[in-house]
Amino acid sequence: MSMDRREYLKTLFLAPLGGSIIASSGKSNAANNISWTPLPKTFSYGRTEPEKQTDAELFAENYFREHELLTIAVLCDIILPNEHPNGGALDAGLPDFVEFMVKDRDQYKLPVRGGVAWLDSYAIEKFGSDFINISEDQQLSICEEIAYPDTENSVLQPGISFFSLMRNFTMTGYYTSEQGFEDLGYVGNTPNVWDGVPDHVLKKHGMEYDAEWLSKCVDQSRKEIIAEWDDDGNLIT
Amino acid sequence: MAQHEYDVIIVGSGAGGGMATFQLANAGLRVALVEAGDYYDPADEEQRTQLRYPWESPRRGASTLRRPFGDYNSCIGGWHLDGEPYTMKGTTDFMWWRGRMLGGRTNHWGRIALRFGPLDFKHRDIDGLGENWPIDYDDIKPYYDKLDKLVGVYGSNEGLYNDPDGFFLPAPKPRLHELYYIEGAKKAGVPVYPARKSILTKRINNDRGVCFYCGQCSRACGIHADFSSSTVLIYPALQGGQVDLYTKAMVREVTTDAEGLATGVSYINKEENQEYHLKSRSVVLAASACSSARILLNSKSTQHENGLGNSSDHVGRYLHDSTGASRAAFLPSLMDREIYNEDGVGGMHIYTPWWLQGESLEFTRGYHLEIGGGMGMPSYGFGFAVNQYNEFLGEQVGGYGNQLRDDIRKFYGSRLSIACRGESIAQYQNRCELDPTVVDEWGIPVLRFDYQWTDNEIKQAKHMQDTMEELLTSSGGILLGNKPGADEDYGLTKPGEIIHEVGTTRMGTDPNASVTNEFGQLHDSKNVFIADGGPFVSQADKNPTWTILALAWRQSEYIIEQMMQRNL
Repeated sequence: MSMDRREYLKTLFLAPLGGSIIASSGKSNAANNISWTPLPKTFSYGRTEPEKQTDAELFAENYFREHELLTIAVLCDIILPNEHPNGGALDAGLPDFVEFMVKDRDQYKLPVRGGVAWLDSYAIEKFGSDFINISEDQQLSICEEIAYPDTENSVLQPGISFFSLMRNFTMTGYYTSEQGFEDLGYVGNTPNVWDGVPDHVLKKHGMEYDAEWLSKCVDQSRKEIIAEWDDDGNLIT
Repeated sequence: MAQHEYDVIIVGSGAGGGMATFQLANAGLRVALVEAGDYYDPADEEQRTQLRYPWESPRRGASTLRRPFGDYNSCIGGWHLDGEPYTMKGTTDFMWWRGRMLGGRTNHWGRIALRFGPLDFKHRDIDGLGENWPIDYDDIKPYYDKLDKLVGVYGSNEGLYNDPDGFFLPAPKPRLHELYYIEGAKKAGVPVYPARKSILTKRINNDRGVCFYCGQCSRACGIHADFSSSTVLIYPALQGGQVDLYTKAMVREVTTDAEGLATGVSYINKEENQEYHLKSRSVVLAASACSSARILLNSKSTQHENGLGNSSDHVGRYLHDSTGASRAAFLPSLMDREIYNEDGVGGMHIYTPWWLQGESLEFTRGYHLEIGGGMGMPSYGFGFAVNQYNEFLGEQVGGYGNQLRDDIRKFYGSRLSIACRGESIAQYQNRCELDPTVVDEWGIPVLRFDYQWTDNEIKQAKHMQDTMEELLTSSGGILLGNKPGADEDYGLTKPGEIIHEVGTTRMGTDPNASVTNEFGQLHDSKNVFIADGGPFVSQADKNPTWTILALAWRQSEYIIEQMMQRNL
């Protein structure tokens, strides 16, 4: 324990809050330089007036302290690093996403605030400084301890829960971003013609379409011909 | 606003109200359509949610109180509406979904379009429970037939007695996980067929488009290739010039004259917070089973002291919803699969209808199985517990770093799920009634629910769980989660949760034991009709929408005939 805990906390609370998201009280590590792609704050996707108002209020609300947001950013970055052809959490603006979601679903407010506080407390115990102000190796050593839900250690359980929550946010935020779609290789959400599982995929799975079943399926070459039936319900067009 | 005189006022623009509007306006009647929500058209760019990527929403499609099925879901409404509470009696835990938009809850339903069969109208004859309908399948069949052709439904003729044939559009081919289910079902001796859904896999007329397989019917279709009441019935009706549409209009009550006949409705214009009265020769309530019951109960007069149509004290009684239970599995065979576009139509391409008719079981009445899974579009929640299936592979769960990307791809689209939807027995005690003390923001007394499942539904849910376990396992799946036991009523959904609630104004021949006749016409007031799920005597193990539409069409023909004969 290299620093008096109470003295340290006083420093933390007195640290000035700058306007820049990069600001930190000036120790020696990643948090000093951390930045991320900002996400838009205005959206247009078929909202009603009350919905527009709710979203505007959410964007205007300040919930996280800067220190908390920086901690979230460091964790997101550890969970999905930027060093990848499809970018990572910070490229995908994850801290902004997490901030919005926590405000939107306020059952997450306390778990995230408390989670950051737990992490700082644990980092101070272990390495004498809060999480964003210890070295990268030290950060990773803590993550190693709390990243696996099967770990049976009662002291670590709050950290394990918090890390799982942050991993959920990071993964869902990234894979619902453009970078994430690229990374996954998702190819849907576009007009197309579904004409069954590709043959080579069927083969790979040892499957084939039953002929009788196929006879009930769409002949896509005739889909634009207006449907007509005989009196017994047989499609004749 | 001047007072208008209409032939008919229709309250509610969902399935029943839409069909009534379409039929009655086409017959030349002057129609007022009164809707509590706003105008809605999915083709309007301002209202479009279809074909949007998750990042176009700040919450990536997560649900909100206003859109409980996700914020791209087209249905505006939900379990909780600002200023419109409902209450519960005793230990009741009823969930009441209300739509507040043109087209109502047809913007929400899964487009599953199942005809009731001959047995569904006469179930009391089979098991001695509930009541028979006053009509049989032959009475409604012509309307189902016309409906298939007018609205469109894909499916297949299978010659099943209680899941009758119809006039189907061709079915979409099964997806890969559905082929695994088909194999599994075969092994388990459970039948499986193409699903029946009101989605246009083939052109049905020149006004509506053909499905382009985005899998997003729940977001409402901009080319109107799926059915919703607004796109298929109300817009065409509005073009004829016979219909005045009143939106944001919350109906308080049906007004009546000295003879006890309806004279019109009073409603609150929600924008102006001002009350108006509309006059008409007849009124069709299609506000949803519970909302229509509420309007009737609130329509008190010296002639109808107990509420309109309620001399028998049956309004609100026999409220019943479908039962439901669900389970999911991880299919190792689908790990590391090749990614291609399998969005398909919105929801399932295949299903299993009830297959144990006539078997001796611990419960009566059946259920059908809805199949889910596949490579859907990621939205909020995707990637949660990213590699939990590693548990089944003896690999580590959790972690961080780029390895998680591999886990995402490894498990993407490897899930198979089943949802059961079953028939409950309508109970006299299960009801909605007016809460004696609570009102909504316009001062209208609200509904209080009193509803308990019976042993029959709980035993049915137990059977559902066993079935799902067997089918998911025989399909090659590893079951996820725990099988709910007796302490959790075997995972039985809450009443109201499946959003198939019906029965509150049930039809019958005896005015002392029913609210309407076979045409949904009140026994107590001949110019008031119910066109939603209220007149259902029993729910069947089918989704109610197709039957609401067919009954509304049949009712409309009756109204036209009665008006021509000057009986109304």
